[in-house]
Amino acid sequence: MSDYILEMEHISKTFPGVKALDNVELKVKQGEVHALIGENGAGKSTLIKVLAGVHEADEGGRYLFEGIDADIHRPLDATLKGISIIYQDLSLFPNLSVAENIYIGRDSNKKPWTKINWKSMKELAGKALDELEMDIDLNKRVELLSIAQQQMIEIARALAFDSKLIVMDEPTSSLSSGEVEKLYRVIDKLKERGISVIFISHKLKELFRVSDRFTVLRDGQFVGSYDVEEIDEQQLIKRMVGREVVYENNTQKAAVGEKVFEVKNFSKEGNFKDINLSLYEGEILAVTGLVGSGRTELAQSIFGVNKADEGTLWLNGKDLKINSSEDAVKQGIAYVPEARQTQGLVLEQSIVNNMTLPVIDALRNKLKLIDRKVEKELTEQYIKSLDVRPSMPDLAADKLSGGNQQKVVIGKWLSAQPKLLIIDEPTNGIDIGAKTEIHKLLRRMVKEGIGVIMISSELPEVLSVSDRILVMSRGRIAGELNTLEADQEKVMNLALDTEEPEDKRQPEGAESTVHQEV
Amino acid sequence: MTNIKLSKESVLGLIALAIFVGLSLFTPGFLSSGNINSMMFQLPEFGLIALGMMVVIITGGIDLSITYIAAFSGVGAALMMTNGFGIFPAIIVGIIFALACGAFNGVVVSKIGVPPILVTLGTMVLFEGVILAITNGNAISGFPDAYSLIGNGYYLGIVPFSLVIFFVFTIITGLLLNKSTWGRRVYMYGSNDLATLFSGVKNSKVLMKVYLYASLLAAVSAIIMTSRYNSVKVDLGSSYLLQSVAAAVLGGTNIHGGYGKVMGTIYAVLIFQFIRNGLNLMGVHSSLVDVVIGAILIAVLTLNFFSDKLSRQKAKAAS
Ligand SMILES: Nc1ncnc2c1ncn2[C@@H]1O[C@H](COP(=O)(O)OP(=O)(O)OP(=O)(O)O)[C@@H](O)[C@H]1O
Ligand SMILES: [Mg+2]
Repeated sequence: MSDYILEMEHISKTFPGVKALDNVELKVKQGEVHALIGENGAGKSTLIKVLAGVHEADEGGRYLFEGIDADIHRPLDATLKGISIIYQDLSLFPNLSVAENIYIGRDSNKKPWTKINWKSMKELAGKALDELEMDIDLNKRVELLSIAQQQMIEIARALAFDSKLIVMDEPTSSLSSGEVEKLYRVIDKLKERGISVIFISHKLKELFRVSDRFTVLRDGQFVGSYDVEEIDEQQLIKRMVGREVVYENNTQKAAVGEKVFEVKNFSKEGNFKDINLSLYEGEILAVTGLVGSGRTELAQSIFGVNKADEGTLWLNGKDLKINSSEDAVKQGIAYVPEARQTQGLVLEQSIVNNMTLPVIDALRNKLKLIDRKVEKELTEQYIKSLDVRPSMPDLAADKLSGGNQQKVVIGKWLSAQPKLLIIDEPTNGIDIGAKTEIHKLLRRMVKEGIGVIMISSELPEVLSVSDRILVMSRGRIAGELNTLEADQEKVMNLALDTEEPEDKRQPEGAESTVHQEV
Repeated sequence: MTNIKLSKESVLGLIALAIFVGLSLFTPGFLSSGNINSMMFQLPEFGLIALGMMVVIITGGIDLSITYIAAFSGVGAALMMTNGFGIFPAIIVGIIFALACGAFNGVVVSKIGVPPILVTLGTMVLFEGVILAITNGNAISGFPDAYSLIGNGYYLGIVPFSLVIFFVFTIITGLLLNKSTWGRRVYMYGSNDLATLFSGVKNSKVLMKVYLYASLLAAVSAIIMTSRYNSVKVDLGSSYLLQSVAAAVLGGTNIHGGYGKVMGTIYAVLIFQFIRNGLNLMGVHSSLVDVVIGAILIAVLTLNFFSDKLSRQKAKAAS
C-alpha cells in the first residue's frame, strides 16, 4: 500500500456550459492535514463533491482510496468507506435536535424498522461535543443555534463517524477566533490518531498554522502541490491568483466629517442593551466582538427585521421610523446578512432576480411593468464590477460558488444605492483577490458619502479596513478603539470584558451566554 | 443529442393537443359543434378558479376556501338582484363579498402567520356556515335575463362571452405574475420568504394581494356560474376545489412554492376538460371519470418526476 490514503488524478468535471474541473490532481497522505486552496469558483467544492460521490467525475479520471479503486458513486458509499465531509453550505436538519443531527446517517444501512437507540445516540453525540469542548444542550433544535454553533455541530458529526478522512470545506468562515482555536486543537488530535484532513479556507494565515501540504487550483486547473516548508504566503497567493496581490492596510485615518448616522439608547430584551453609536462621514466603523455578543441582532434591529424594544435612529438629519425592512430600505438602509444562503439569496432564482429584488420598483417602465432590458443591464453592470463568475445573469444563484454568491448579495445592495450600508461578515468565504476588491469597494463607498458599518469577527480584517472599532460584549458596547491605535490584544480584551455580570456564569473563550434566535 | 428542449409547459400543451386529436378521431360526437360549444362554456369557470389557486400555491400556500368564496360572492350578487337592484351593483357587491373573504384569509395568513392550509380550512367551513345561515340551504334563483347573457351569451356570435372574460383574466394573470413587481415578489417569496424579508420586501403585503387576487378570480368565476345556472346554492363550484389544486400541480406549479406558469395551468385545465367530456361521451360512468382523472394525474406527476431525474442525469453525463 502506498502512503497515500487518497489519490485522485486526471479528474475533470463538466457542468452544462462550465468546465469546473480540468485534469485535476489531489493526493493526501495518511495523517496529513492537506489544504486545498484557490480563488472563488476555482473548483474546490466541486472536487470535494466528486470525492464524496455527490458528483460523478467525467470519464478518464483515477480515484483511489487506501490504495484501491474508490468506487464511490453516491454519498453513502463515501460515508461507509470512512470519508466525512463538512460542506460549505451547512447541511444540518434544522428541526432535529443536536444529538439527532450528529447521529444521523449512521443507521443508513440498517433495516428501516431498526429501533433508534436514543441512549447510545446521546452518548455518542455528547462525546463528540466534549472533544470539541462544546457545551450545547443535546436536545436543542439545531435551528435555534447560531451559525457558528451549527458549524461546530457539523464538525462533531464528522468526529462521531470514526472517519479516516475528514474534509472541511471552509469550516472557519463563520467561527470566531476562540472557536477557531478549538478547531485547531481538534485537528491536532485527529492528526495524532492518524486521521487525514482536507481543509479548505481562504484564510491563508490559518492554513499555514494547521497544514502540512497545499494543493492549489486555479480556474478548475491543477497548479501544484507543495509542502508547507517549501512555500510562503506570497508565493501561494501568486499561484492561486496568477498575479501579485498587494494588500494595503488602511494606515491613514480618514478625514472625518459630519455625523451621518446615530443610534440612541437602543435596547432589546435578551439581545442588546443601551447601545449608543454614531457614524461620521468618511469613516468605516467596524463592530466586532465574539459570536453571540449581539452584533448581528443589533444590525437586524436597525434594519427593521428584529424590532428593538426602545431607542431611536437618526440618519442624515432625520429621525427615522423603521418598523420593517421595507421601511429601512426606503430610508436608504441596506443590510448584507451573514447567512447568505438562507437570508441573503433566493437560491433557486436567477442572479438577475436576486440582484434587482430591493430596487425592482424603480425598474418599471411607463406601463408600470418590469423593464427586463434595464434590469439585465443593471445586473450585468454589477456582475462586471464585482467580477461575478460565471457572468451569466440568468443562472440560478445555487449554481454559483460560495464566494460568487456573496458577491451577488453585495451587488444587490449596491444597486439599491443606500445611504447606510451595514455589512455583516462581508468577506465570509471570499478569496483574497475578491476580498481586497470588496475592501476597496467599501472604501470607495465611504468616499462617495455612503455610511458603512462593518460587522466582522475577523480581527485582521477589522484592523486593516476600519477607521474606528466598536467592540461588543454580551449585548453591550464594551469599548471603542481608534483603529490606528488598536491591536488584536486590545480588541480581545474588550471582547472578553466580564464586567457587569448580568449572569452568574462568566463567559470563557468564545462561548457567549447571550444567544438569541432571530 | 438534440438541441430542442421543450419546457414542461410545452410538453403539457402537446399532451393536451394529442388528447384532443385522439378524442376527435375515436370518439364520435366529440368534434360536433354542440359538444365543442358546451366545452367552451364549461371551461372559464373552472379555469378562473384554477388560476387563482395557482397564484396561491406559488407562494407555497393553498386556498381551500376558494370555491366557498365563489359561492359567497354569488350569494351576494344574487341577493342584490332578487331584491331589485340592477346587474351592475349586484356584480360589484359580489366582488366586494369575495374581496372581504380574501382579505380575511390574507390578514390571518400574513399578519398572524397561521399556515394557509389551516386558515383556509377554517374559513372554508366558516364561509360555508355563513352562506347556509343566509340561504337556509336553499337555492336563490331568478335573475334578470340580461344577467344570464354573461354565462350563456356569445361575443360576435360565436365565442362564448365567458370565454372572452376568461381569456382577458388569463392575460392579466400572466402579465401580473411575469411583468409586475408584485408577481416577481410572489415567486421570490415562494422560493425563500426569509430572503425576501431581508431584501426589504414587505411579505405581508405580497401575501395579502395574493389572497385578494385569488378571491377576485373566484368572484369572476362565481358571476359566470350563477349566470349560467341562473341560480346559486351553497355548493356553487365546490367540485372545482380539489380539481383546481390538481390542475395547478399538473400544470407544473411547485406545491412548495416558487414556480408556476399560467400556460401550464391552462393546459392542465384543458386536459381535464377534454378527458371528462370525452369519457362522458363514451358513456363512462361519472364516478369512473374521476378514477381516470386521478390516475392520469398520478401518471403525469410520476412521469414529471422521472423526466426531471433523467434530465439531471443527462446533464451529469453531458461531458
Ligand atoms: N451544479 C452546478 N451547475 C453548474 N455550474 C456549477 C455547479 N456547481 C458549481 N458550478 C460551477 O463550477 C465552478 C466551480 O465551483 P466551486 O463551487 O467548486 O468553486 P469553489 O472553488 O468551491 O469556490 P468558493 O471558494 O467560492 O467556494 C464555478 O464556476 C461554479 O459556478
Ligand atoms: Mg466552495
